[in-house]
Amino acid sequence: MEDSTSPKREKANQDPREAGQPWEEVTAASSQGLESGLSEPLELEQGLETGPQPRSPPQSPQSRASIPLDDLTGPGASYPPSPPQEASYTPSPPALARQDLAAPWQSDKTTSVNPEAGTPHFHYLEQSSDKGESTVSHTFQSEGSTFQQSQQTKHDLHGPENVNYNNSKQKELRFNIFQDEDSNSNYDLDYAEPGVSELAPSMLEITIQSAKAYLQKTSSKSGLNLYDHLSDMLAKVLDERPENAVDIIESISQDVKMGHFRKKLDTLQNENEMLPTYEIAEKQRALFLQGNLEGADQELEDEIAENALPNVMESAFYFEQAGVGLGTDETYRIFLALKQLTDTHPIQRCRFWGKILGLEMNYIVAEVEFREGEDEEDVEEEDVTEERDDADSEADEDDEDQLPRTFYKTPQAIPKEENRTGANKYVYFVCNEPGRPWVKLPSVTPAQIVTARKIKKFFTGRLDAPIISYPPFPGNESNYLRAQIARISAGTHVSPLGFYQFGEEEGEEEEEVEGRRDSFEENPDFEGIQVIDLVESLSNWVHHVQHILSQGRCNWFNPIQKSEEEEEEEDEEKEEEKGEEPDYTEQEVGPPLLTPISEDLEIQNIPPWTTRLSSNLIPQYAVAVLRSNLWPGAYAFSNGKKFENVYIGWGHKYSPDNYTPPALPPVYQEYPSGAEITEMDDPTVEEEQAFRAAQEAAVLSAEENEETEEDEEEDDYDQE
Amino acid sequence: MGASVRPSFSEGLGGEQGWPEALRGRGPQAVSGILTALRRAGLWSPRRQLLLATWQALSRALGTMDAESLLLSLELASGSGQGLSPDRRASLLTSLPLVKRDYRYDRVLFWGRILGLVADYYIAQGLSEDQLAPRKTLYSLNCMEWSLLPPATEEMMAQTSVVKGRFMGDPSHEYEHTELQKINEGGKVFEEEVVVQIKEETRLVSIIDQIDKAVAIIPRGALFKTPFGPIHVNRTFEGLSLSEAKKLSSYFHFREPVQLKNKTLLEKADLDPSLDFMDSLEHDIPKGSWSIQMERGNALVVLRSLLWPGLTFFHAPRTKNCGYIYVGTG
Repeated sequence: MEDSTSPKREKANQDPREAGQPWEEVTAASSQGLESGLSEPLELEQGLETGPQPRSPPQSPQSRASIPLDDLTGPGASYPPSPPQEASYTPSPPALARQDLAAPWQSDKTTSVNPEAGTPHFHYLEQSSDKGESTVSHTFQSEGSTFQQSQQTKHDLHGPENVNYNNSKQKELRFNIFQDEDSNSNYDLDYAEPGVSELAPSMLEITIQSAKAYLQKTSSKSGLNLYDHLSDMLAKVLDERPENAVDIIESISQDVKMGHFRKKLDTLQNENEMLPTYEIAEKQRALFLQGNLEGADQELEDEIAENALPNVMESAFYFEQAGVGLGTDETYRIFLALKQLTDTHPIQRCRFWGKILGLEMNYIVAEVEFREGEDEEDVEEEDVTEERDDADSEADEDDEDQLPRTFYKTPQAIPKEENRTGANKYVYFVCNEPGRPWVKLPSVTPAQIVTARKIKKFFTGRLDAPIISYPPFPGNESNYLRAQIARISAGTHVSPLGFYQFGEEEGEEEEEVEGRRDSFEENPDFEGIQVIDLVESLSNWVHHVQHILSQGRCNWFNPIQKSEEEEEEEDEEKEEEKGEEPDYTEQEVGPPLLTPISEDLEIQNIPPWTTRLSSNLIPQYAVAVLRSNLWPGAYAFSNGKKFENVYIGWGHKYSPDNYTPPALPPVYQEYPSGAEITEMDDPTVEEEQAFRAAQEAAVLSAEENEETEEDEEEDDYDQE
Repeated sequence: MGASVRPSFSEGLGGEQGWPEALRGRGPQAVSGILTALRRAGLWSPRRQLLLATWQALSRALGTMDAESLLLSLELASGSGQGLSPDRRASLLTSLPLVKRDYRYDRVLFWGRILGLVADYYIAQGLSEDQLAPRKTLYSLNCMEWSLLPPATEEMMAQTSVVKGRFMGDPSHEYEHTELQKINEGGKVFEEEVVVQIKEETRLVSIIDQIDKAVAIIPRGALFKTPFGPIHVNRTFEGLSLSEAKKLSSYFHFREPVQLKNKTLLEKADLDPSLDFMDSLEHDIPKGSWSIQMERGNALVVLRSLLWPGLTFFHAPRTKNCGYIYVGTG
């Protein structure tokens, strides 16, 4: 038998632990079963302490929790061969004992302990324990000395009965015990006073039930109930064993109540707080690991040979001499991010353009040039944007059909420049933080540049954010960002004189186009310029990015009919744009490429550039630093041979005055105002009198010319 | 919490308010001298010795704080692209302690720089024991020789408000401003053009004061008000928590409160008088003039002022590291 029940014995050994759980965890016991598991040992304990066999108080909670188990397994001892059906009957003796034990407790609780009431119960208890000894000899004998031992032995002997020990049953057993008891006549026979035993339990049962029901009433305020709370409190007291528990019972109660709130909050906060930290760390980890992925040495050599990656750290070092630049740490991350970009895209040239600060996030901008024939993706995008432009113009036309007819003619849309030319010479990628994905910016249209010059907005850091402005900006933030990048590049990208030279072959091809050349190449014979010369003379620096005309293009596009609006625009932007385009309307011509920056226009007596040496203390090794006053945040350095440009700022152009949005255009006239619709002033008394006199005179002399003359005079007056 | 530290401290010193006062501005040598004097006078106890030793240690830590934290602060504020070149950094680290010694400041803060067309102004501020007392401002063009600026006055403000454009970088540069003045002469009113000369130094003073009043900020709890009035650095400040760091209400203007007095009693009910004695950024006008960003994966919170672009405030949550730097055109 023991062999066959060995797996069940294991379960039996687990049970005390389960029963012990409520004692360990200070939580609101939601399941009824656990509560009853809790309460029973308590009652029993109470009973035992008042009983004849006083127990030694210091015992571990686990051993107490195992008491009900003992009781349940106890009866099993009296019926070793009991079949499973009998299991429902078997618990009755200990249940009875418990009932009896509960009785003195009940009396202690309800009535004050008087010896008279105490003795019968006492006697009763003795009887039951006598009975217990007769049937289950182990249980109560061993109770006084060592609980665990007895428990152990019982488990070994009577594993199978423990199967019935589950929480729900236990509760049933507790209250419905007496039916069983009645059926078990042999117990009644053992009792000295059977009448008492029959009457008292039923009353007790009702009082217990009603008391318990009352205690379990859920508070409408806090959603707790006293029963759970008390059990939690007692659990806490027994768990922590504080000194003088009775004195601090109020604060224990408070602690238990507060515990309900604290726990949930903690878990919520923790998850929210740490998530973004890990997210970005995880993403940046990928950057650091990408080097390990390409294992082969040959590949590595090839890559080093044709590397598009710039030496960001070197430039950062020089910029640091100038007191510009992001921290070393951030720069290195950007460096890695650029490496990722060049590895994943067919890029011929790549450059760290700068950083644009935003309200929510910042943009890190990379300027790249695709390898020949590898930028087909752009074509689709172009089509989309063109289609959209078409749609816009169509919509305008539809509007024009409605009444009243407007005389406003939409200026002809100026086509945007082809990729690899003008403002779209380079492609720009942006990302918010190193490690986040690079996003390619759409190519810029002239209309966007023209509008971007008139507005001043902060970037948010979200590329899809709408640009709400007057005049309305065609596109969202990605377009605005691209337009600003184009403007900043055109204004601030400079290089030492002689570093670049015009490309000869291409130059001839482009010659027809207004005799200007817009391509250049590195001068292999460049010997470098003395740093001192670079600092002292601005004419040693040249622009190597084409100037953007007020049309919004670098190369002038001749619209078939040039509308007047553009001329106005030119005037408006004259001050704003540093360029010095001539005034004639036939053709806008900007300064040619590689024009010295000494020819840049001043803005209200403020020179556009500031140069200085990076260090006055050790001028021998200092670098020349160029700071743009037009675009605060744009810097260039050169050590004579090398140079680099960077922009770190808000993407705003400097203006000494506050920004004022352009005024609304004048309201168009709905119809030509003429004499027939002009309201006339009422004639004054004098006039009327004069008129009357004149009429009389007319009657007399029949001259009517004066009248009409007078009218005309009045009309003239009104129009003035 | 912070407030409770200070009273017990002074109480431990025998309840004599003069003690910390007497020790202020003196080095550890002075303290040990005082110790000997005390021992002779029989006013000595081990408890006092312990307290004095603590005080010594703290003052030492405080004295070196700025110089040492400057490098870290610059690194933390570098996200805006504003830094100092290595030679400037080195000279600041050399000259600021000297400034602190010579002017007897409690703390010297590097404030930032104002970019001029010809040269840049480097600005430092000296604080006395009372952190909110008017700050002394110094400027330098080469980070070594510092000159004290006069305190800003209303008159200066009015005078320099007409000047626009960039700083030159020459403190003796004079801006010319022509304004029309009405002159009464024998019942006749003339309008006469008067050329006003405004020195750049004056403008510098007023701009720094304006920036300080508008956007100098400090996290809540970094300073605390003692029951006796003066405001001290809170040594128990352990940084804002992450959720607090994302709220504008956790940052205060580093100046005498202006709006606090206008608050109703109900609004003031939740305020802790020892910590909430300055205006918070929450109700700044114009609204939305601050950009809060979490950088480096929540390890750093950066506030940038849009009112004065160029001002960057940084704070690493749960650490004491915080500060602001202004690098801009003024």
